Amino acid sequence: MSIEIDREKCVGCGSCVGICPGGLIRLDDEKACIPQPERCWGCASCVKECSEEAIALFLGEDMGGLGGRMTARQEDTLLFWTLTRPDGTAQTLTVDRRDSNKY
Amino acid sequence: MDLQLRYLNTDFLIIGGGTAGCWAARAFREHSNARVLIAEKANVKRSGCLAAGVNALNAYIAPGKTPQDYVDYARADAEGIVRGDLLLSMAEGLNRVVASLEALGLTILKDEQGRYVTRGWRNVKINGENIKPILAEAAKAKGHISILNRVNVFDYIVKDNRILGAYAIRVDRPVLYVISAKAVLCATGGAAGLYQPNHLGFSRHKLWYPPFNTGAGLAMGIRAGAEMTTLEMRFIALRCKDTIAPTGTLAQGVGARQINALGEVYEERYGLTTSERVHGTVMETQAGRGPCYLQTIGISKEQDEDLLKAYLNMAPGQTLRWLESRRMPSVQNVEIEGTEPYIVGGHTASGYWVDTNRETTLGGLFAAGDVAGGCPQKYVTGALVEGEIAARAAVKYMNDEIAAPDADAIEVVKRKLESHFIAQPTLTVDALEEAMQAAMDEYAGGIRAFYRYSDESLVIADEKIRELVQQSEQLSATDMQELVYILELSERLTLCRSVIAHLAARKETRWHSFAEHTDYPEKSAEWALYVNSRLENGEIRIITRPLVREGEVYEH
Ligand SMILES: Cc1cc2nc3c(=O)[nH]c(=O)nc-3n(C[C@H](O)[C@H](O)[C@H](O)COP(=O)(O)OP(=O)(O)OC[C@H]3O[C@@H](n4cnc5c(N)ncnc54)[C@H](O)[C@@H]3O)c2cc1C
Ligand code: SF4
Ligand code: SF4
Repeated sequence: MSIEIDREKCVGCGSCVGICPGGLIRLDDEKACIPQPERCWGCASCVKECSEEAIALFLGEDMGGLGGRMTARQEDTLLFWTLTRPDGTAQTLTVDRRDSNKY
Repeated sequence: MDLQLRYLNTDFLIIGGGTAGCWAARAFREHSNARVLIAEKANVKRSGCLAAGVNALNAYIAPGKTPQDYVDYARADAEGIVRGDLLLSMAEGLNRVVASLEALGLTILKDEQGRYVTRGWRNVKINGENIKPILAEAAKAKGHISILNRVNVFDYIVKDNRILGAYAIRVDRPVLYVISAKAVLCATGGAAGLYQPNHLGFSRHKLWYPPFNTGAGLAMGIRAGAEMTTLEMRFIALRCKDTIAPTGTLAQGVGARQINALGEVYEERYGLTTSERVHGTVMETQAGRGPCYLQTIGISKEQDEDLLKAYLNMAPGQTLRWLESRRMPSVQNVEIEGTEPYIVGGHTASGYWVDTNRETTLGGLFAAGDVAGGCPQKYVTGALVEGEIAARAAVKYMNDEIAAPDADAIEVVKRKLESHFIAQPTLTVDALEEAMQAAMDEYAGGIRAFYRYSDESLVIADEKIRELVQQSEQLSATDMQELVYILELSERLTLCRSVIAHLAARKETRWHSFAEHTDYPEKSAEWALYVNSRLENGEIRIITRPLVREGEVYEH
């Protein structure tokens, strides 16, 4: 599991650099990059931290990943997660922080 | 590269600003006006186990049950090898910290009467996506707490068996800190990455336990001669295949049972303790009845939706898997597998040997959370309670003046670090790490050895680890991050040696899969004791100690 950073969308704010629990993200030429994507734990902290939706989570092919990319956007207590499949179809799930897990 | 020296002074140094660390800082400031310094290798906002979030607080005591019930449960699950004093003092604080977390803004599921909805009798359901930011804010709000993010602690400063502080480096700049303190808390969590993981390729860091918790605190303690306990009781998690996502939400949450490939519920054949559930899955697979699953086929569409959201708050990769494959749990059972073994004192009983106040055998050094031994099943809330207990004891302990660090010793540490910047490009950290994990897997009971080992295989494992220790001295780094990787490898190697010694020492099989000794396949009453160890003149000395019950106060 790892992340991919879209250099077009990245505005170089640096938020993701400071947040990663493994210190894996760097700024290079004012854009975020992950030099060793195989070190990623897949926690999605950086995905949630990026207000530009420039960071996407994906499952590596060696763990059966099918090429989907998942980004997130926050608004107050709401988190909007969007999964985009390789065929272009997308699906958004909204989670409110005030709603507990029921299970 | 030359390292710049910086000297820091504080009253209470907390190493690791994770679950226990953040809470201990807060608790300390509630009882004292003295200064606190948290040294955290990442960023307290999203570091350690809680980075992705959690779905439940696994340690809670429902109405009608008592702390003693919790102790009894944990003791039975660990086949007796627990510290009653530690478990009871932890259990007594659980519900209090749950209430505090709610007051700080954590969403906890309640019924119409405003009572917590429990999962079983030991668990409350939450939205824990932001539990780590909540804990970090709670620490910051107290004032007089300095937080140093991106500072990696790698060794203690100890004199006459008493802690005086610690050495640390900045991850992003060539700075060596010499931190002096009156009391120190080790809260660096447990250790992952000792054994070969489930995935060997690109996804090799998709572990259950954070790959960034490398056992630093345990290794520092071992090197400084602190006593360790029960390192042979490894933790192996039963998880969703590939994504290694937690299964509790499916198993206890929607009531999915463990079935084999023939559709048979096999749990009862092997027993229901945590280790037996892993063992059963291994046995079924070996008998040709694998793979094993959690039986989710038949759950409702509404449950599918809820599960998708629930996993986003804890293990988003699992939701990603369901969404991209379009195979929801209602139509496809979730395959499960055992992970590689971890050393995690929040689940099993391995870690520092502490007294009832969570002080280690090094004077002034306390331990809490996954790094502290004797007290399994503590999870998030137990780690918080331990942080409180340790902080209160540290307040009482702090009397001495801060001792001035020894200039010669500092120079030795500095030179040793700088020696890694001299290029010797023949070896890489990754290559040695892979060799270590392969040796542990094959000879010290990893996944591919079905978690089994023998006296003979452990001798080989030890030889291989010793060779790797020698080789690791020659590793070279070009920047601070690479230096951290070298230190992390060295921590893991130190811990591997101790784990091997513990596995060899316990001549029985008390916990299937967690410690499966093929030369001694049965449990033995003789081994109803703690296996402890201490590094003396470079050799690991095994110490056995009688069981400590609740009601007793244990002093070193
Ligand atoms: C994926 C996962 C899911 C879990 N789910 C649940 C659940 O649903 N419910 C539940 O109750 N429990 C759950 N647990 C267990 C619980 O999260 C842990 O037991 C608990 O958080 C451990 O707290 P800790 O303070 O010991 O470790 P952590 O919170 O991991 O803190 C350790 C800290 O030390 C830092 N650190 C490490 N090394 C160094 C160093 N050398 N220098 C400086 N800092 C360092 C780390 O970056 C980290 O911040 C889960 C654990 C995991 C891994
Ligand atoms: S948080 Fe997003 S925008 Fe900011 S640096 Fe990172 S990727 Fe770029
Ligand atoms: S997903 Fe987590 S581990 Fe991976 S880069 Fe982002 S913050 Fe770091």
